[in-house]
Amino acid sequence: MTAEPQAVASGVAAMRRPKRLRFVWLLVVLAVLVVLMLASVTIGTRDVDWSDVVAAFGGSTDGFGQASVAKRIPRTLLAVLAGAALGMSGAVMQGVTRNPLADPGILGVNMGASLAVVTGMAYFGLSTATGYIWVAIGGAAATAVFVFLVGSLGRGGPTPLKLALAGAATSAALASFITAVVLPRNDIAGGVRSWQIGGVGGGTFASVQQVLPFLIAGFLICLLSARALNSLALGEELAAGLGERVAVARGAAALGAVVLCGATTAVTGPIGFVGLVVPHACRLLVGVDHRWLLPFSAAVGAALLTGADVLGRLLIRPAEMDVGIITALIGAPFFIYIVRRQKVREL
Amino acid sequence: MKQQAVGVTPSTTAEDLVRGRNRQLTRRRRTIWLLSVLVVLMFAVTLMFGKTFYPPGEVIRVIRGEEVPGASFTVGRLRLPRAVLAVLVGLCLGIGGVTFQTMLRNPLASPDIIGISSGASAAAAFAIVILSLGGAAVSAFAIVAGLGIALLVYLLSFKSGVVGTRLILIGIGVAAMLESITSYILTQAAEWDLRDAMRWLTGSLNGAAWGQVIPVLAALLVLGPVLLGQSRNLATLRLGDDAASALGVRVDRTRLILVISAVGLIAFATAAAGPIAFVAFLAGPIAARIMTSGGSLLVPAALVAALLVLVADFSGQYLFGTRFPVGVVTGALGAPYLVYLIIRTNSRGRSL
Repeated sequence: MTAEPQAVASGVAAMRRPKRLRFVWLLVVLAVLVVLMLASVTIGTRDVDWSDVVAAFGGSTDGFGQASVAKRIPRTLLAVLAGAALGMSGAVMQGVTRNPLADPGILGVNMGASLAVVTGMAYFGLSTATGYIWVAIGGAAATAVFVFLVGSLGRGGPTPLKLALAGAATSAALASFITAVVLPRNDIAGGVRSWQIGGVGGGTFASVQQVLPFLIAGFLICLLSARALNSLALGEELAAGLGERVAVARGAAALGAVVLCGATTAVTGPIGFVGLVVPHACRLLVGVDHRWLLPFSAAVGAALLTGADVLGRLLIRPAEMDVGIITALIGAPFFIYIVRRQKVREL
Repeated sequence: MKQQAVGVTPSTTAEDLVRGRNRQLTRRRRTIWLLSVLVVLMFAVTLMFGKTFYPPGEVIRVIRGEEVPGASFTVGRLRLPRAVLAVLVGLCLGIGGVTFQTMLRNPLASPDIIGISSGASAAAAFAIVILSLGGAAVSAFAIVAGLGIALLVYLLSFKSGVVGTRLILIGIGVAAMLESITSYILTQAAEWDLRDAMRWLTGSLNGAAWGQVIPVLAALLVLGPVLLGQSRNLATLRLGDDAASALGVRVDRTRLILVISAVGLIAFATAAAGPIAFVAFLAGPIAARIMTSGGSLLVPAALVAALLVLVADFSGQYLFGTRFPVGVVTGALGAPYLVYLIIRTNSRGRSL
C-alpha cells in the first residue's frame, strides 16, 4: 500500500520498469503471500499454538488444535490456487478484450460455469468433481463467446460499456435460469446452495488434486500467450503487422482464461471481482508487459483471495463470512473507481 | 408564401391538426382501456382458477364478504390478497421504473439495474433477519436505503455532470456489492430455508396477506398521483436540462420530486414482495411499443407491469409442475429481453 503513490507518480515510466524493481516487487508479493498462508492456517474459530501448526505440518493430527490446522491446509492451498487462477484469468481477459472492466465475474463467465454445473447436477446426475470441472469449462467458454459477440456488435467494437452491459445482462439471465433449475429440485437444492456459497471453505486435498491438472494447463496456455497479448495490446492491425495471427492468439489466450476461471468456479462456486482488481493493481507495480503481468496477477490474486478468506474468518468470529462476499465488498468500490476514471468517450 | 398558405387553408390545417390530435388521444385512451380490461380479466382469472375452480358467482360473493364454504378460505384468504398485492406491486414497479427510464433517457437506467431495488432488498433483509423487525418498519428501512442508494449512485457518477452510461455502470457495481451483502445476511438466517431466502433474492408473492397489502396501497395512493402530476414536467425533462428549464420547468425540484416518489414506490413494493426481477425494467419498453401514439408512459407502463406480475405469478404457480416464485418467471423472461435490447442497440451502432 505504501508504495502505491510512488508507483502512480512514476506514471509513464511504469511501462519500462527496471528489472530489479520488478524482482523486488515479486519478492514482496511472495513474502506477503507466505505470511497470509501462515495466517490462514493459524487463524480461525479455534485458536492454535505455533507448536500445533508445526506439528500439523509434520502430518500429526493429535488434539483439536492440530486437527483444525490440518483441516486448514487444503483450504489454504485451494484459496491460493483459486486466487492465482482468477487473477491471471482476469489479466488475460483484460488483455484479450483490451478492456479495463473485463473480469470473469462481470462478463458473466463464472455464472455460465455455474449454470452448467447446476444443470449437470439436476438433469444429468453429475456428481464427480472432475465432471463438474469439464462441464464448468464448457459453460464458461460458451458464455465468454456469447458475451464477447454481443458486446462487440456494432460500431467501435467491444467497448467497456457494451461488454460490461452484455456481461451483466447475461449473468442476470443465467442467474434466473439457475434459480429455475434449482427450485423444483429439493433433492439437489442443499448441495447446490452449499456449492454456490461454498467459497474455499470446503477445500480438501482431493478437490485440490482434481482441479490442479486443469489449472496447470490453464496457467501454461496463458503464460505462453503472454507475448501475443503484448502485440494485441497495440491494436489488431499493428499486431497483424507484427506477424501475429490475431484470431489464433486471441482464441488461445481466451481458452486459457476460460479454463482457469471455469475450473475454479467448479470447485469454489462463483467468486467475483478478483480478476478485476488484481491486474489493475499489478499494472501499477510492474507495468503493462504481460510476461510480467500474468505471473504477478497470479501471485497477487492468490494473496488477495487468501487474505479475503482470513478476513472472512476474523470479521464475524466465531462464524465465517463467505470469501465471495468479501471480494465483492472490496472489488465493487474498485470497479466504481475504474468507471469514474474512464473518460465518457471511452465507455 | 406562408401568409398565403395560412390565408387559403387556415381552417383545414387547424382541423387536420385537431383531428389528428383527437385520433391519437382516442387511440391512446383505447389502448389504456384495453390494458385495464386485460388486468381486470387476469385478476379475475387468478381468483377463479387454481387447484380448484370457483365460478365467478362464488368469487363475487366472497368479495362481498359473504361466507361461502371452501371458497371463503381459498379465494378470500389465499388468492385475493395475493392477486391484489400482485396488481399493486406491479403498478408501483411500473410507474417507478418508467419514471427513471424517462428521466435518465435510457431504458437501462431502471431501478433494478442501477442498484436501487438491490438496496431496498438488502435493507429489508437486514431489517427482517438481523433486527427482527416487521411491517411498517421494514418498509421504512427499505425506502430510506433505496433513497440512500439512489443518492449514492448519483453522487458517485457525478463528475462534471452525470452521464447516463457512467451512471448505469456505477449502478451495476453498487448493485453487485449490495447483492453480496444481501446474500451474507441471508446466510445469517439459519432457520430460513432456501425457498424463503429466494424471496429476498428474486421476489415472491407466496404467503401474501392483507398486512403486506396495506402499506403498498398507501404508498401507491400517495405517491402515484404525485408522479402523475409531474408527468408533463417529466416529458419536458426528456429534452435535456437546459431546454427543460428554458421551457419553465424547475429542473432540480422536479427531479427531486420524481426521484423520491419513484424510489418510494419501488421500495414499498420491494419491502412487500422482494425485488421481483426486471418488472420495473420491462414495463417501460413494452409500454412504449404498445403506445405508438406517444404521450406519457406512466399509466400504460404501470398497467403493463401489473399484467406482467399477475401473469408471471399465475404461470409460475400452475404452469410448470413446480411452483416458481414470480421473480424467477419475470427474471427468465426479462433478462433475455435485456440481452436482446443490448444486441439490437449495439448492432444498430447507436450509443446506449
